[in-house]
This record gives sequence, structure tokens and C-alpha cells, in this order.
Amino acid sequence: MSHLLEVKDLEVKFGLRFGDLTAINGVSFALDRGERMGLVGESGAGKSVTGFAIINLISKPGFISGGKVMFNGQDLATLSDEAMREIRGNQISMIFQDPMMTLNPVLTIGTQMLETLLAHRNISRDEAAAIALEKLRKVQIPSPEKRLAQYPHQFSGGMRQRIVIAIALLTDPEIIIADEPTTALDVTIQAEIMDLLQQLCESEQTGLILITHDLGVVSQVTEKIAVMYAGKIVEAGPTDKVIQKPRHPYTQGLIKALPGSLQPGAKLNQIPGMMPTLTDIPPGCAFNPRCYMCDTICREQEPPFVHIDGDTCQVACHMVKPDSSNGTK
Amino acid sequence: MTTHPPTQTVDDATGLLALDQVVKHFDISGGLLDQLRFQNGRIIRQRTTVKAVNNVSFTIAPGETFSVVGESGCGKSTLARTTIGIYPPNRGQIHYRGERIDNKNSQEMLPFRRKMQMIFQDPYASLNPRKTVLQTLEEPVVFHNPAITRGQVRERVHEVMSQVGVDPKWAGRYPHEFSGGQRQRISIARALMVDPEFIVADEPVSALDVSIQAQILNLLMDAQAQRGLTYMFITHDLSVVEHISTRVAVMYLGTLCELSPAKTLFERPRHPYTQALLSAIPKLGKRKSVHIKLKGEVPTPIDLPTGCVFHGRCVHANQRCVKEIPETRTVENDVMVACHAVEEGRL
Repeated sequence: MSHLLEVKDLEVKFGLRFGDLTAINGVSFALDRGERMGLVGESGAGKSVTGFAIINLISKPGFISGGKVMFNGQDLATLSDEAMREIRGNQISMIFQDPMMTLNPVLTIGTQMLETLLAHRNISRDEAAAIALEKLRKVQIPSPEKRLAQYPHQFSGGMRQRIVIAIALLTDPEIIIADEPTTALDVTIQAEIMDLLQQLCESEQTGLILITHDLGVVSQVTEKIAVMYAGKIVEAGPTDKVIQKPRHPYTQGLIKALPGSLQPGAKLNQIPGMMPTLTDIPPGCAFNPRCYMCDTICREQEPPFVHIDGDTCQVACHMVKPDSSNGTK
Repeated sequence: MTTHPPTQTVDDATGLLALDQVVKHFDISGGLLDQLRFQNGRIIRQRTTVKAVNNVSFTIAPGETFSVVGESGCGKSTLARTTIGIYPPNRGQIHYRGERIDNKNSQEMLPFRRKMQMIFQDPYASLNPRKTVLQTLEEPVVFHNPAITRGQVRERVHEVMSQVGVDPKWAGRYPHEFSGGQRQRISIARALMVDPEFIVADEPVSALDVSIQAQILNLLMDAQAQRGLTYMFITHDLSVVEHISTRVAVMYLGTLCELSPAKTLFERPRHPYTQALLSAIPKLGKRKSVHIKLKGEVPTPIDLPTGCVFHGRCVHANQRCVKEIPETRTVENDVMVACHAVEEGRL
């Protein structure tokens, strides 16, 4: 069975004066129709770059230096700008963190919505306006007819993000890539926006790639998860499984570092050190200087990304044995 | 292991810091010409004020971690800055160890400033980029102890830097040479340099990644255990609050809705806003939790709603809530709630 989207050994580099920096180093995953996937990691792990690479939107000096992004039988990584524009914002939409940055402050919501539709569909303005209204209703914007004529500053943060979602939905995309869609919002609004995204993806059978650093959000919304560290996926699998029984020491550290799993006032479990910068990623496993069970092999060889637990979870760690009985604890 | 002091029953006599009916409004009406409006054929002058903090009272006990939570724009940062004296309050009083400090001039405030320090959210903005770490850390000590010798200052910098986990060898470096987590350690070191009793931390871990956040929270809890510090902790991250706080104050639109011991608040939130806020926290491994949906949106602090500020979004609101501002009442041991529905037993 072929997947809706299949990313294979994706590699993104940034050409700098002193040589190429590898931001994404061999990332592979697949997404099926209507499937919701979380891409998590800390800042600098390469989550956003992965998102941008999928829609071939890496700007100079960055470039996709290897791998494939297969979508409906085409490799998006090698598509011409012209052909890519047909897909971007049409079959694959993206939602960004800050809705104020995404929306044009000097154009009304209506203008921005019609612009998107008319660019991708051969329809009249009236038909486009009808679709825009329908999508605004879907994201539960009250009195959408009135709202179409308003400017972004007349909306609150949560409402703006709803509008961004409505714009992403305009062309009935097959995949939505949401890059930290609720990070700039308050918790009560975050909860509403996440509910909405999840409902819409379920009812429209839209695939969702949710890029976030918030494990709580990921565990509520997604079915599967990929954890990134220093440009690589270090662990992937069904969300419940990975959250409940993380295998990679980094994933374990991330989950344990969250307050909430412990007695109040207890010392939090911290991961020592910090993520390496792209210029000096350590040899072997990139996580080895911070890892509590690092061994000689970890400093010398890059761990393979292998399946464990039958076929569902994948981990890149020398210390996790394929047989789940003597795996890490 | 950090041990938290048990929740104390606080009264004004034992409190370290007490706020009494503190009000902080900001006039944003601008110059005279900006204030003029044309209305019904006449030119009228209209002032616009942001009512950031309205009649907030509480007492912080020595050694406790007092957290203030709320969503953006609820006035929690303004409250922090007013408490420590960065903003003078418009009305109300602030007492430190029984002495009124809100009406003191800057000379009289000096001894209090040594005792009260602040840590800010963004370690990129709060450290002077043109000063080395050494210069940043020396300044408060030299300022407050003019008689101190250079050697003593160096020694102190060395000691505090090792305590916060920044290698003292790096004292000659500039902030840009450090990562976000390291910078926040330096900000904490700066606050600790003058041996304060009370530290106001305004979102100290919000700008940091999870693994680094745990390091900084541990550092703060260790410093508290070693030095017997009292914290006022401002944050929107409720899981952090649950972990570190002794007592928690929940703010909405410049008003205190609920003030309870942390454990009680998370186990049994009383105010409808607190209930909605807590139900919205995404929890690990809990799929599709049912969260309480609030009607409408947060009103602006320029035109505060009449009565209870929360009434427009509250499912339990009635006529009384629209008209009458609820008073903060103690409903049971140390739990204070400002809500008519709770008072009337409807909730």
C-alpha cells in the first residue's frame, strides 16, 4: 500500500562560507490519509526545517541535498517551482506559529481568502466567497459575513489562528502542516484550537503533521509521533506507545523532565548539557555527551534507526536491544 | 531534594510581603490632541486607561513559593513589577516586613531593593550585551556595598557563579557567548549576588526548552532550600506551578479570582475560571480530555465589565454577577475565592 506522503532519507543543508551545515540528516517517515502525526523536539532539532522541506520552501542558503518527498507519486524535492506552486497551499497547506505574521495586516480577511482560492481554482469571485464563508463557519467564527470585511488587527489571537486554519482549509488540502500552531496562544485558547484542528482533520480526512515542542499537545491530538534530535529522528511510533514507554534515552529524558509526573517539590529529572549546535555535532550518536548510558560504541558509530516491538516503534540507539525484554528502562 | 515549607496560615504580622487593595492603572491616552474626540457636535476630552491591576490583596509568607497564574494580559507581570516597586501603585499599600514601602523615595528604598530582586523572562533581553558576566554580576554588589574590596567582590562572583552552575572561568565573556539556559543562570546569579530574601521571577522558564527548563527549576528550588528564599513566581505554565508552588493566586483581567494552597487548587478548583483554566492543560497520555469551554473572549482591561469581571464568559453567572463585584472571601482553610456562585453555594 502506498502512503499519502512518504519522506525518505531527507537531507537538508545550509551552504555557508566555511562549508555546508547539515540541518536535517536522513529523516524518513510516512503519513497516510487522515492520519495525524506529531513531530517533536527542542529548538534547533530540525522540526520546522523538515516541515518547510516537505513543501520545498527551504530558502537560500539552505537546500535539499538528498532524499525524496513522495506525494501522490511525485517527488516534491525535485519538482519545478511552477509545479510546486500548484501543490503548495493547495494540496498541502501550512499553518505557522504566529497568526499576526501569517496574515497580511493591510488586506481584509476576505481579500486574503479569495486570493488563495482564485490562485488555485478556476472559479468566480462569488463562488470563492461562498467557499470562504463556509470555511469560516467550519472554524466557528461568529457572523462570518461581517468578519470577511475586517482586517486582522480586529481579531483576537485565537480568532486570527482560526482564520489561518480556515485559509489552510480553503482548497480542501490532503495534508496540513501545522508548525507550533498554538505556542503563541493561551492554554484555554490552545485547547479550543487543538480540538478544532483534530475535528476538522477527522471529518475531512486530512493528514496532519503537527510540529511542536509540547509533548502534552502531541499526546492529545496525534496518532503517531516522531522525536527529533540534532537533525535526526531518534524515536518514532504510535503516540501512546512512545509516551508510555519511551525507549530512547532522549525521549525518556524529555518526558521525565516535565513537571507533573512527580511529587510537587521533588527535584526534576534534568538532561545534562544542551543540544549541540549544527557546527559541532559529536561523532557517533549525537546524543552521547548527554546520555546516561553512553558507551564506547555510542561515541564511535552512528546508531541505526531500527524497528523494535514487532514492527511499530523505531529507535536509533545502540543501547536499546531489539528484544523488548532486555531493553532500556 | 528540596523540601517545601508547609503551608502556613498567614496573617499580616507574619507575612514577609503584604499587598493591600493595590491598584495599578496606565494612562494610554497620549497627548492632549490624542485625547480630543468629536461627539454629538461637540469636542470632548476623553482619557483612556488600562486597568491592569484592580484591588489586589494578598500576603506572602516567608519561605514560600507564591505563584501568580493567568493568561496573557491578565496583569500578572504588572502585579509583579508593582510588588517589587518598579511601578508605583495608583492606590493601595505594599508592606515589607510590616513596613510600608510603596511611598518611599528611591533613597529610602535602597535597603529594601537589596532584599528584593527580580528575574525576568527573556535572558536575551535582560542582560546587558556590552557588559561581561563579571561586570554584570559585580555591579549590584558594589552598588549596595560601596566599601567592599575588589578581592571580596571577585570572590563573591566566583562563589555565586559556581552555585548557579556557570563555570567561573567564563566570567570575562559576554552574554552572546552563552546559550539561553546559561544566560538564565547568569540572571539568577545576578539576583543572588546581593543575598536577597525575596525574589520575584517573571516567567523565568517560559523561553527555555523542556530539558533546560528542568535544570533552571531545579536550580531555583535548590537556591530556595539553601538560602531560605521566598519566591513570587509569575507564570502561565500550570504544570510548573503545580510542581513548585506553596500557594497559587489565579488572576483574570486584573482581579484575583482565587488564592489557595497549590495542592487544594489543583485538586479542587473553586472559581469557574480556575476550573476552565485547569481543564485546558494538555496532559501527557490523556487523549481528548474534555475541557470546559468558555463563552466569548477576554474583554479589554480598558473597558472592564461591570460586576464580576468574569461574568460575560461564565456559565454560572446571574444578575447579581453582572451588577455586584464579588469580594474575596475565605471559603475554607486558606482557600479564598471571589465568586458569588461559590458564596451562594450554587457552585
